[in-house]
Amino acid sequence: MRRSMLFLPGNTPNIIINGDELGADAVILDLEDAVAPSEKDAARILVRNAIRLMKFEKSEVLVRINSMDSEYWKSDLDEIVPLKPDVIMPPKMSCAADVQAIDAYITKLESSLGIESNSVKLMPLIETALGVENAFQIAMASRRVCALQLGGEDLTADLRCKRTREGNEIDYARKRLVCAARAAGVDAYDTPFTDVNDDEGIYADTEYAKSLGFTGKASISPRHVTAINQVFSPSQEDIDYAYEVMEAIRIAKEQGRGAISLRGKMIDAPIVARAQQTIAMAEELLMMAGGGNE
Amino acid sequence: MTKIVRRAYAGTIESSDVYVELEPCDCGIDIQIESVVMKQFGDAIRSVVFEMFEQLEVESAKVKIVDRGALDCVIRARVEAAIKRGEAEQI
Amino acid sequence: MSNKIVKTLREAIELSGLKEGMTISFHHHLRNGDYVLNMVMEEIAAMNIKGLTVNASSLFDTHLPLIDHARNHVVTKLQTNYMSGAIGRFISQGVMEELVEFRTHGGRPSAVESGVTPIDVAFIAAPVSDTMGNCTGKYGKSACGSLGYAFPDAMNAKKVIVITDSLVPYPLADWSIPETYVDYVVAVDAIGDPNGIVSGTTKITRDPIGLIMASSAARVIRHSGLLKDGFSFQTGAGGASLAAAKFLKDIMLRENIKGSFGLGGITGYMVDMLKAGCFQSLLDVQCFDLEAVESIRSNPKHQEISATHYASPSAKSAVVDSLDVVILGATEIDTDFNVNVHTDSNGFIMGGSGGHSDTAAGAKLSMIIAPLSRARLPIVTDRVTCISTPGKDIDVLVTQKGIAVNPRNKELGERLRQAGLPVVDIHELKRIAERITGVPQRLEKGERAVAKVIYRDGTLLDTIYSVSDIG
Repeated sequence: MRRSMLFLPGNTPNIIINGDELGADAVILDLEDAVAPSEKDAARILVRNAIRLMKFEKSEVLVRINSMDSEYWKSDLDEIVPLKPDVIMPPKMSCAADVQAIDAYITKLESSLGIESNSVKLMPLIETALGVENAFQIAMASRRVCALQLGGEDLTADLRCKRTREGNEIDYARKRLVCAARAAGVDAYDTPFTDVNDDEGIYADTEYAKSLGFTGKASISPRHVTAINQVFSPSQEDIDYAYEVMEAIRIAKEQGRGAISLRGKMIDAPIVARAQQTIAMAEELLMMAGGGNE
Repeated sequence: MTKIVRRAYAGTIESSDVYVELEPCDCGIDIQIESVVMKQFGDAIRSVVFEMFEQLEVESAKVKIVDRGALDCVIRARVEAAIKRGEAEQI
Repeated sequence: MSNKIVKTLREAIELSGLKEGMTISFHHHLRNGDYVLNMVMEEIAAMNIKGLTVNASSLFDTHLPLIDHARNHVVTKLQTNYMSGAIGRFISQGVMEELVEFRTHGGRPSAVESGVTPIDVAFIAAPVSDTMGNCTGKYGKSACGSLGYAFPDAMNAKKVIVITDSLVPYPLADWSIPETYVDYVVAVDAIGDPNGIVSGTTKITRDPIGLIMASSAARVIRHSGLLKDGFSFQTGAGGASLAAAKFLKDIMLRENIKGSFGLGGITGYMVDMLKAGCFQSLLDVQCFDLEAVESIRSNPKHQEISATHYASPSAKSAVVDSLDVVILGATEIDTDFNVNVHTDSNGFIMGGSGGHSDTAAGAKLSMIIAPLSRARLPIVTDRVTCISTPGKDIDVLVTQKGIAVNPRNKELGERLRQAGLPVVDIHELKRIAERITGVPQRLEKGERAVAKVIYRDGTLLDTIYSVSDIG
């Protein structure tokens, strides 16, 4: 379950060592924008050691590597893939070929290291106009792709418009990305909300992302994690309804009925699927209860 | 064997980080450590640094460590980065 | 006597009859902006009076010249409740022959009043005073708000000299300390640097770990059974403590809980809670920021109290005795819940009890907030380097990786567990920390005793030793 994914600068020990404590379902150790060109080598080694030697018990670990127009991305993969990270996030993915090039390089590494093939997943970061238009092909480009991540900052630069609090300028990209990801059968993650001090803005922005169908949302500030987790957690009402749906199905089965209705509405396959997802999430949250914020 | 051929450094003096500086020399491993937790972890830091030199097969270097309470995995990373920046290009 | 104005500080010191072997006293309301202690000591040194005991409620970096006066034997003994790191470093190196006596904010007035530590001459820095010595901290260019710690000195010293940089015509109606206690009044150009006296605004932490701990702290309070109408609360000015106060305020407003009073060193955050209706009143022994000063000046619900009223164990009652919850800090805490706030990780003095052990003893729930480790040093140890507050007075430790409840407080542990809070054994917190940091080597104790830590009831709590090897 990833509701929140928190970017952590890859060359800052003070932040990485506490990364597990910040409440995020996943942390993204960043080798790209958060690291100066002169420190790419040191960051790579630090991130590798952190993954190898520190226990991230509460958060899944992703690594954002450098983009393919830089000289660093292969070295990044050389260093990180041997550790079998859960997910690699390649930035500025603009077409299927981009994903396939990375896929091929990882495949080579996996086989030379004796790692099970396709075990390292990819979450392409879509942050160019071309990437948005090609989002479905990108999502379908490799078996490794598990989700698409939207990057609003670079995208607005590419679109030559200003990034605003309301986010009208990225609205098309958001909707397109969700649609492409869902069509490809993968998850979709929303771009971070950039104003760290806007406590109301983060809620509104996250609610909107959820309403569009995003699975979760990335964040550049630990201060946003609580809001994101809250918004993307099922409400008690959702959970109660999900159990009601499952109970109605059980009874219908017992009685050998085919068509099932609940509260005057037909229960079809998508409703059942959503109920199952909600219950799975609720159970996972219940297991985590106690550690989170109120 | 890895030879340190130029002055190199890695890390910072930010809290929880460690600054490592290497200079070529023929004196064996000559370590000078300054740490905010010298009394509690001085010996541990020294042994981790030695271990990294051994692992990366560096036999001679003058080493300056300024530690701000870095964990073992951070010290290892910074020593490794400094060595890789200071070693001869591999042919 | 027509008035008490004396032209120069020197003249006032002469009139007071100060001589070798006597005790002089200072309050710390001007904090790191204080000029008065240094001004007085310089004059005394110039007068060639030696062998004095200085009883200062707290000492800050700005008071560093005191170390030279100690070296020159002008000062031979120090009594205080708190000492900043710059001064502490010298004390830890054994600059004074006699042991420094640390007391608490409540223990100090108790010892002054009972005659255990009598004061011969009290020097009272006053941001505004009239010609007869009615004085207060609420006004003037050096305004500091409450003068709480100066009351016992004014009321018990044999001679009292008020030093002000804002002399007003008689009478100053809104006085804190009345003329009845004051012998002499001296006007000087400046008693302090306003920038060092109060901070502009004290800020809550932005550190995410601090916020996580603060959020846990607020949940502990919420589920403690104490958070209901009539609730009373004290917190320090540290970033995480203030954040906890903010979270607490949110809960109180959401659940419409009408508290009784906020206590202690007061910050803008406590003022906000008062304004929002979380408390009926603020009881203020010391102001930390401009908002607190403005509030004590203008809001009748914001009341100045003396150190005696705040925390003295020998008063017939003190406010700490009625306190529900206090949030405190720690440099170390051991598995018996003893807390150190006197020395740093290398054994150097860098703090003191202040009101720590007074409020811990009085409050129904005393809570320590501290990160599991600082600069690779685990916060939980087998035995603290110095006992500042005994473990029997501490109920709960909140860290980012779990909450440890003192086994003495079974009911609280049960309540928190039932509320689903991550309650763990304090030994387990120590293990978790050491798994991350490694096990630190123990500090060697120095050879020489340099300070005594005296509990609020006058008994010896611990002894602080010199630091031999400077790391």
